[in-house]
Amino acid sequence: MMPASLRPLLVAGGLLGLAGFVPLVADGYWLSIAVTILMYVALSTSWALFSGPTHYIALSTGAFFGIGGYLVGLGMSDYDQSFWAMAAIAPFVATGLAALIGWATLRLSGVYFVIFTLGLAEMIRNLISWIQNNFLGSRGLYVLTDLDERHIYWMLLAITAGVFLFGWRLGRSRLGFALRILGNDEEVARHVGINTARTKILMFMTTGFVAALVGAVVAPRYYYIEPNVVFSPELSFIVVIMALLGGTRRLYGPLLGVIPFTLLWEVISVSFPNATTMVLGLTFLLIVYGIPNGITGLLSGFAARRSA
Amino acid sequence: MRKLFLGATALTAALLATTAFAADPIKIGRVVHMTGPAAGGDAVSHTPNVKLWVKQVNDRGGLKVGDEMRLIEMVEYDDKSNPAEMIKAVQRLATQDDVDFLLSPWGTGFNAAAAPIFAKYGYPQISVTNITDEIPELSERFPGMFFTLGSTTGFVEGLRDTLNKLRDSGAIGNKVAMVNVADSFGIELAAVARELLPAAGYEIVFDKSYPLGTADLSPVVKGAKAAEPDAFIAFSYPPDTFALTEQAIIEDLNVGAFYTAVATAFPAYAGKFGSKIEGNLGAGGVNLDQEAMKAYRAAFTKHNDGPPEYWAAATYYAGLQVLEQAIEGAGTTDRQAVTDFIKANEFDTAIGAISFDEHNESRHYWTVGQWKDGAFNAVAGVGVPVGMEPVAKDGWN
Repeated sequence: MMPASLRPLLVAGGLLGLAGFVPLVADGYWLSIAVTILMYVALSTSWALFSGPTHYIALSTGAFFGIGGYLVGLGMSDYDQSFWAMAAIAPFVATGLAALIGWATLRLSGVYFVIFTLGLAEMIRNLISWIQNNFLGSRGLYVLTDLDERHIYWMLLAITAGVFLFGWRLGRSRLGFALRILGNDEEVARHVGINTARTKILMFMTTGFVAALVGAVVAPRYYYIEPNVVFSPELSFIVVIMALLGGTRRLYGPLLGVIPFTLLWEVISVSFPNATTMVLGLTFLLIVYGIPNGITGLLSGFAARRSA
Repeated sequence: MRKLFLGATALTAALLATTAFAADPIKIGRVVHMTGPAAGGDAVSHTPNVKLWVKQVNDRGGLKVGDEMRLIEMVEYDDKSNPAEMIKAVQRLATQDDVDFLLSPWGTGFNAAAAPIFAKYGYPQISVTNITDEIPELSERFPGMFFTLGSTTGFVEGLRDTLNKLRDSGAIGNKVAMVNVADSFGIELAAVARELLPAAGYEIVFDKSYPLGTADLSPVVKGAKAAEPDAFIAFSYPPDTFALTEQAIIEDLNVGAFYTAVATAFPAYAGKFGSKIEGNLGAGGVNLDQEAMKAYRAAFTKHNDGPPEYWAAATYYAGLQVLEQAIEGAGTTDRQAVTDFIKANEFDTAIGAISFDEHNESRHYWTVGQWKDGAFNAVAGVGVPVGMEPVAKDGWN
């Protein structure tokens, strides 16, 4: 008999192996949906690692995602760097920035943090545009690589696997324990000797790292980087909505949010091509009223009823 | 039950009868920015042209493919101005809707994002609102991608040549004030201008940028005025094109040449400022004297209750004409045959005769236009006759 704690790992490994075969069987259309799903799974899961236990709603995903894409575009177009070099550098730049931002803002509580992160994407976009405009110049940020959707899919799958492995380890570590205490009551956490600021900053850096890495990896898919497109505040909101739809209490929660959400989005786009945004808005309302605790909440509700 | 069955049979028979007479329609797909920041550009330059073209073609019985007349059926999706959504929607059109052809999307970035999918399924991509200096590299990667509205450098060269003409006539001197919006388009054009203008003997006495979405541009215009330039150039997007012009009127910025980029060619620009913008220069322009252009503008105005803008609209319509003539000329909906036909032939369009060079670039486009008597006529272009010679701007009256 294997230890019970290893079973989820085996299940996850099996699923991962299956997911790896998707590009071999899916046609272009389903593969493009699968890429979208993986991108949001990686972003939402890493978002939930920080925002789930701490209850700090970070709207900064778009900012870090943008840094990833923009640095890849800038490095490849204007400095003849390889895609791999830029994709390796970008997440560390974002992590450094996340450390600075976290240091400056995570000592504040609640709503100040939300508002600050909301403006962050816009601030970084302007900052980078200003630097590029005044010191670098540009001839169009093209990301011309030979990577196609299959390669991007596999890279995203590797990142997603990394995020899940990290999340699984975190749940069993001192840092994860500290996070849970902190999420329940920050005062208590501080009294029992947890360095709350350091804990929060570390986790914030992790989400920044993952978002920038994802942004860098999907940049070849866009082919051309426009600052006002990659630094999209919309992305930050979608990631939050997907994670909340799935539920943030479990590591696999966001996954259960992303998949139905992406498919639903697709159905809406096809069925209501002239009113997509409006129908999407109505759907959000229904979700918030109908399943306030997310899909994982719904599932555990069913489980509880069955055992009762 | 029996009655129902009979009814169904009759219906099927009727359907079969109609399909026997009319050939299947040609399905043409388009991803539209119906919502989001790029929606405005699509609504002005692309959508009304597509509607006009489909109506014209279907009114005369459809496209002649071989011996058949086939109607056009459009399949359109909204991408919310988001490139990731664009990619999904193009994939959907290609593999789920099985469209015969795809129309190019609005915007340089969107054309780039869509290009790999067009190429994968062999669709010709006659791109219009796609201004770049990477044409040779892109056409090598995507052999079915065509370019019709010019390159970044082409645009700045047109501007430089216009300034040269004004300088030769004594209307302006050498001092140029230059501003740009700090977004990809503005940064690129300004970077090219910083090389080309000094090389032509101009002195850039003021060089500033402002972030996309800046509401108050009065410091920019005041700063430019203090530098006492002979010419003012702004590589601007629509909102700032309007805001800079408004500030220039308020500050009475007196220059012999006043240039703003995107949206100067829109009828709404003249609608807002009236006679004050007489002599203003801007990106684009069309030759209003050409018969084909006159016919296009008349048809557009009749169909849409208003005239088209004076830049990309006519070229986008010309792109639709290229597709139409290529399908009819090749006599098939085979995409490779149509692509080859586009490369090999000359096309008679609203902007005149156009053909494509070895990099799939149509070197027939206007680069600078000037407002005169309520119309925006081309004063500089590549491979096309201009509508008039540029004249000095004489105040804001």
